[in-house]
Amino acid sequence: MLYIKCPHCGLRSQNEFAYGGDASVKRPELNKEISDQEWDEFVYLRKSPRGKHLELWHHVSGCRQWIKVLRDTSTHEIFNTYKSEEKVG
Amino acid sequence: MQKYSFLSLIKNAFSGHKGWEVAWKDPTPKKEYDVVIIGGGGHGLATAYYLAKEHKITNIAVIEKGWIGGGNVGRNTTIIRSNYMHDENGLFYEKGMELWRSMSQDLNFNIMFSPRGIINLAHSDAQMNAYARRGNSMRLNGIDAVLLDREEVKKKVPVLDFSDNVRFPIFGALMQPSAGTARHDAVAWGYARQADSMGVDIIQHCEVTGFDISNGKIQGIKTSRGDIKTKKVGLCVAGSTSILAEMLNMTLPIETHLLQACVSEPIKPILDHVVTFGAGHFYCSQSDKGEMVMGGDLDGYNSYAQRGNLPTLQHVLTEGIAMFPFLSKLNMLRTWGGIMDMSMDGSPIIDKTHIAGLYLNCGWCYGGFKATPASGFTFAHTIAQDRVHELNAGFRLDRFSTGHLIDEKGLGTKTWIS
Repeated sequence: MLYIKCPHCGLRSQNEFAYGGDASVKRPELNKEISDQEWDEFVYLRKSPRGKHLELWHHVSGCRQWIKVLRDTSTHEIFNTYKSEEKVG
Repeated sequence: MQKYSFLSLIKNAFSGHKGWEVAWKDPTPKKEYDVVIIGGGGHGLATAYYLAKEHKITNIAVIEKGWIGGGNVGRNTTIIRSNYMHDENGLFYEKGMELWRSMSQDLNFNIMFSPRGIINLAHSDAQMNAYARRGNSMRLNGIDAVLLDREEVKKKVPVLDFSDNVRFPIFGALMQPSAGTARHDAVAWGYARQADSMGVDIIQHCEVTGFDISNGKIQGIKTSRGDIKTKKVGLCVAGSTSILAEMLNMTLPIETHLLQACVSEPIKPILDHVVTFGAGHFYCSQSDKGEMVMGGDLDGYNSYAQRGNLPTLQHVLTEGIAMFPFLSKLNMLRTWGGIMDMSMDGSPIIDKTHIAGLYLNCGWCYGGFKATPASGFTFAHTIAQDRVHELNAGFRLDRFSTGHLIDEKGLGTKTWIS
């Protein structure tokens, strides 16, 4: 069982959360000419690192906020959690 | 190579089983090979075997970080099937079925192929219609498919819950009678033994640490046991693909996720087929030892851990008990996990890359085991001829940017959507 510290609600079990994938992926700018290559990178291509991974989780059975979690993909250790708008240093 | 037979068994029994030769050697890596296959799992060993057998290339090394059969080929739920709707998948996996049927004879190794049939349950009229369509598509590709009504399912699998007060009543099922199971370890060992006998070096406990690339061409690889020169490298590393891709400066349309499986304590024969739940993700078969072999969903987040988490297991087994109420009385014998190379459309990738001499085999998602022979066969062709085989022509790496996805079930890494 993962325990995730929601920055709004505190420490909760993973059962309350839904996973949202890599948080470092940026959607291409609106109102800009976008190449197929850029769409490909945004929609399909992922680094999928072994080790530290910044990812989105949705506290769907809690405060319903999207949060960011810095987690190790090989040990499942959670280093830190952030509000969605928070800058990750 | 010593041939395994009833006669050799008797002969060795009388000499105290001291006359058996090693099944494959433990060579030190040479300085140079014609082809290096990275990954000594089912797909890597099958690729080496078909390179030697079909294309007469025998100066091959199979490089394995751990030991052969220690990865996903020894961690899956052993199901073999070709019940796909799209041509790219159906024809590819049906070639696999053809190879599975003759594999024990071909490899002189009993892989215990058991074509017991797979039954996909349907729980609504709409699902029956969808299965009828899929069954028809399968039959057009020469794959056997039978649509079963509720009574026929009841006859074949009486232990399913046919009572009136279930949330997902059984309306019928789609069955592929020629599907089944095989002993997964034997597949790795059988391919390894034959490849070794034809001159392939199987190098275990040897980790790849880098690649030597110049002028856009592969020149060799760096390993924990020294550098190896080669003009052709095939990647067959499943869940570790993204780690090697990072060394190659490539970003791929795959993510590594964790998939669990489990077996119950052994019981007397009760389930004759492979059966899957149609209203969720759960599948079950009974092993020759009597254990109920079960699996289902991914854990749902990126992971390289090779060990799972209980909430997913609980979720999967809840579906199992909804299907087979008797499962709730059984003790769990063992659970384990493996790491899957989840592609973005749920279909695999077998292709050349932008680096000359580097070939990619990945994206097997939930179903790499059944693909083992077809994957090895087509990947060997792709490497030897430097062009894709017609059976893996659809499994292109660039299909995501060009929009030629093979969305068999619309399942990819994003399990939180489905």
